[in-house]
Amino acid sequence: MEPSEDDGPQPTSGQKGEAPTDHEQLLPELVAHLRDNRTQLRQEWANRITDASLLSSMAPHEIFSEATSVYDNYVEVLETGSVEALQHYAQNLSERIIPQGVETHEVVGIVLLLRDVLARSLFEKYHKDFSLLNRILDAYEPAANRIANTVSVSFVQERERVIRQQQDAIRELSTPVLQVRERLLILPIIGVLDTQRARQLTEQLLSGIRAHRAKVVVVDITGVPDVDVSVANHLVQTVDASRLMGAGVIITGLSSEIAQTLVRIGVDLSKMNTVGDLQGGIEEAERLLGFTVRRAVDANRQED
Amino acid sequence: MDDDELGRFQRELIRQVSEFRSRGVIIDVAALDVMDSFGSRSLRNLAYMARLLGAVTVIVGIQPDVAFAMVQLGMDLGKVHTALGLEEGLVRLDELTGAGRLSPASGPK
Amino acid sequence: MQAAGEGDEALLPIQTGKDVVLARQRGREIAAQIDFSSTDLTLIATAISEIARNVVRFADHGQMRIRIIEDPTRRGVLIVARDIGPGIPDVRRALEDGYSTYGGMGLGLPGSRRLMDEFQIASEVGKGTTIMMTKWRPDA
Repeated sequence: MEPSEDDGPQPTSGQKGEAPTDHEQLLPELVAHLRDNRTQLRQEWANRITDASLLSSMAPHEIFSEATSVYDNYVEVLETGSVEALQHYAQNLSERIIPQGVETHEVVGIVLLLRDVLARSLFEKYHKDFSLLNRILDAYEPAANRIANTVSVSFVQERERVIRQQQDAIRELSTPVLQVRERLLILPIIGVLDTQRARQLTEQLLSGIRAHRAKVVVVDITGVPDVDVSVANHLVQTVDASRLMGAGVIITGLSSEIAQTLVRIGVDLSKMNTVGDLQGGIEEAERLLGFTVRRAVDANRQED
Repeated sequence: MDDDELGRFQRELIRQVSEFRSRGVIIDVAALDVMDSFGSRSLRNLAYMARLLGAVTVIVGIQPDVAFAMVQLGMDLGKVHTALGLEEGLVRLDELTGAGRLSPASGPK
Repeated sequence: MQAAGEGDEALLPIQTGKDVVLARQRGREIAAQIDFSSTDLTLIATAISEIARNVVRFADHGQMRIRIIEDPTRRGVLIVARDIGPGIPDVRRALEDGYSTYGGMGLGLPGSRRLMDEFQIASEVGKGTTIMMTKWRPDA
């Protein structure tokens, strides 16, 4: 067994010299104790969880089942010192319980409760020999704290990930690409555009082109006050990417400020199809669509 | 599609265009999850070869992600025609080759 | 295929067109493990494809390492491509281009750089080239 640095006693402990050997002898002993008394300690812990009204969103048998897994994992980490297995388990656990509405303070709470239940049990067993008790606790406490930390951090990370996903989903819903006629999409953009939002709009537009089989898209930027260079670039990229998917883009509501920004970054405005306002843009789009079906003569003009 | 397969595809396609004296070609790239500069160049070359043989090419099926990546990469398909899918590609081909308006020598370039 | 294990790291030989395709597939798989959006996955796969193709074309063979990395606030994917090919005489020029024109001496470097968040290249004529690029998945 490795006298690992990281779960040895803390540097401030005066017993640093003896500590590693202590560790080798004591850790297995305390792990054995925790295993032997598994059933009653686990029950005691489950009781305290209920007393503290934690995990109230879970059913008793679910709590017991998770408690069993956590307990066994806990003891195993104490024994092996392997944090990876714990992280793995913690993430797994988080993925399971987050949808059930379990919150961070509950997870932190139950892990600390377990730490204390086990510490108390060790205390009861060794209290007759005070110096031994101290050494046992010195071996136990740092490891137990690290476990508590690891589980909490994993839970928090997983929770943040879930929240982010939900936010993304909401944002997607709230920036609609509208289909107004067959093969014609409108993307009205309102408000300040940052790079991230611009990116997202582009993704939605391109998906929309595929989903609705659009041939023309009208992007209305009347409601956009100004754009910086990177967003302007983005606009150009969106037009190009749409063309790759066989859709033409008409930009409407181009203010003179934005037009200047575009020119400044080297965009040839004569290559972009721009129309004054949304109404005009839709009419132009219909005209294009009408052309496509009826006459081949002006197909060249549409290309440029 | 790796280099060998692409080479074979090119040769086979050109052979067929020549044999059947095709006026139009549709290449469906919907199965490609990545289009790098090599892929784009290959498509451009294919279209050029087909044009020399008197056929117009329409590329269809570029996926949204791929289109976005191509543009970010700075890829230029040149004047190669594109359409959303097979159906739209056929319509486009019709426009481009219909009424004898576009003879093999000239083209939308 | 890569032995099971972690699955968040790969070391791949780059010598043939097939290797290029394999590299970008592995890159996509690895990056997918940290929740990149589908668009980002395509960007990463495309950048890998560009860089790997350079190796095949100019250097005859090389190596690519793809792995997941972390810093305090975020996780990302790191790609390192190494070869002992001819090297690039003028790296600065190879990295230049006007936007939306395919410049940079046909090496696809400026494009790849645009696709990724971080991009570094070291090259010496007669010795070889090493490219390191990273894309981050913001965590918060």
